[in-house]
Amino acid sequence: MQPKPLTIDEIAAIVRDKFGDVISDPVKTPTAEFFTITDLEYLQAVMYFLREDDRLKFNYLYCLSGVDNADGTLSVVYHLESLGIHGHRLEVKAHCTVEKPEIPSVSEIWRTADWHEREAYDLLGIKFIGHNDLRRILCPEDWEGHPLRKDYKVAEYYHGIRVPY
Amino acid sequence: MGLLDAKFEKGGVVISKVEDLLNWSRLSSMWPMSFGLACCAIEMMATNASNYDLERFGIFPRSSPRQSDVMIVAGTVTFKMAERVKRLYEQMTEPRYVLSMGSCANCGGPYWEHGYHVVKGVDRIIPVDVYVPGCPPRPEALIGGLMKIQELIREEEFGGKREDAKKRLAAKSAPAEEVIMMQHPYLAGSAGQAKKEKEVEEAETAA
Ligand code: SF4
Repeated sequence: MQPKPLTIDEIAAIVRDKFGDVISDPVKTPTAEFFTITDLEYLQAVMYFLREDDRLKFNYLYCLSGVDNADGTLSVVYHLESLGIHGHRLEVKAHCTVEKPEIPSVSEIWRTADWHEREAYDLLGIKFIGHNDLRRILCPEDWEGHPLRKDYKVAEYYHGIRVPY
Repeated sequence: MGLLDAKFEKGGVVISKVEDLLNWSRLSSMWPMSFGLACCAIEMMATNASNYDLERFGIFPRSSPRQSDVMIVAGTVTFKMAERVKRLYEQMTEPRYVLSMGSCANCGGPYWEHGYHVVKGVDRIIPVDVYVPGCPPRPEALIGGLMKIQELIREEEFGGKREDAKKRLAAKSAPAEEVIMMQHPYLAGSAGQAKKEKEVEEAETAA
């Protein structure tokens, strides 16, 4: 099949067509173009659609990162690519609050997401609903807190070893 | 130095104290634990490889703590790793020596302030005999550190304490500040430089 990369506007239109108003308007910055999934109930459905639809075929999740926006919200950024089919790329975001840090998991849709979501959970405390093995991946099991949160305070001691310099 | 660079001119008899012989054989076969923790380990591997060839000093890595007498802590010690490092150290037979290689193992290195996961110096978990500075230290520096351990072993006595050997060793070495300051051309205004200038002046007035 010839590569037919779609622009983000076209992709957003296709998603809107199917689901209605569950995503934001595309945002274009010099470094990235993305849209946000505003209705988290539809996140998994939209993601599955992005993977399966013949015009989109985002078969590859090449990065998933967590972000603390320092204003009481956390974000997850998904980087998608239609590898070897259409060749287009897409960034998608999803937000949640620090009080209720819950975002549906996409680990069933792309296996890559499994460890990436564990990392985001470990470092930022974002709970991925539906992930079947949400454990810490980098920090020790008994670590307290999520170190990349902006309000994270370094503990005084860890297992009797002084932590601060 | 060791026997290798001594001359044997009068035939086949060497007289030595048993203690010296034992120390010599120990310092000529220091076997480090083979493990590396971060980027410093690359430099340690380079030191083991043919260019720097640690084996000419009888130093070659063992893969079991029970066969090693030196632990080279080469790299960043995270809290997750700290317990393993400590357990490995405890599994080594005595007498054992620890060389802390690089800024990370010495004091936390680049992670000293924001490294929530980094132990700020491996000496917080196990006793360290020699610190090698650098990020990473060059192989020459690591060899220098290993030779420092050799010097320490040479100073040791039967039933003596490690601390006393260290004191004797320190008494023998030149104070580092003086050596560096006196010879460093860019450190004008430092104590060593002032002293040197004074000496030059005195020499000139005397002449
Ligand atoms: S001291 Fe530097 S080179 Fe060595 S482990 Fe730390 S960061 Fe890496």
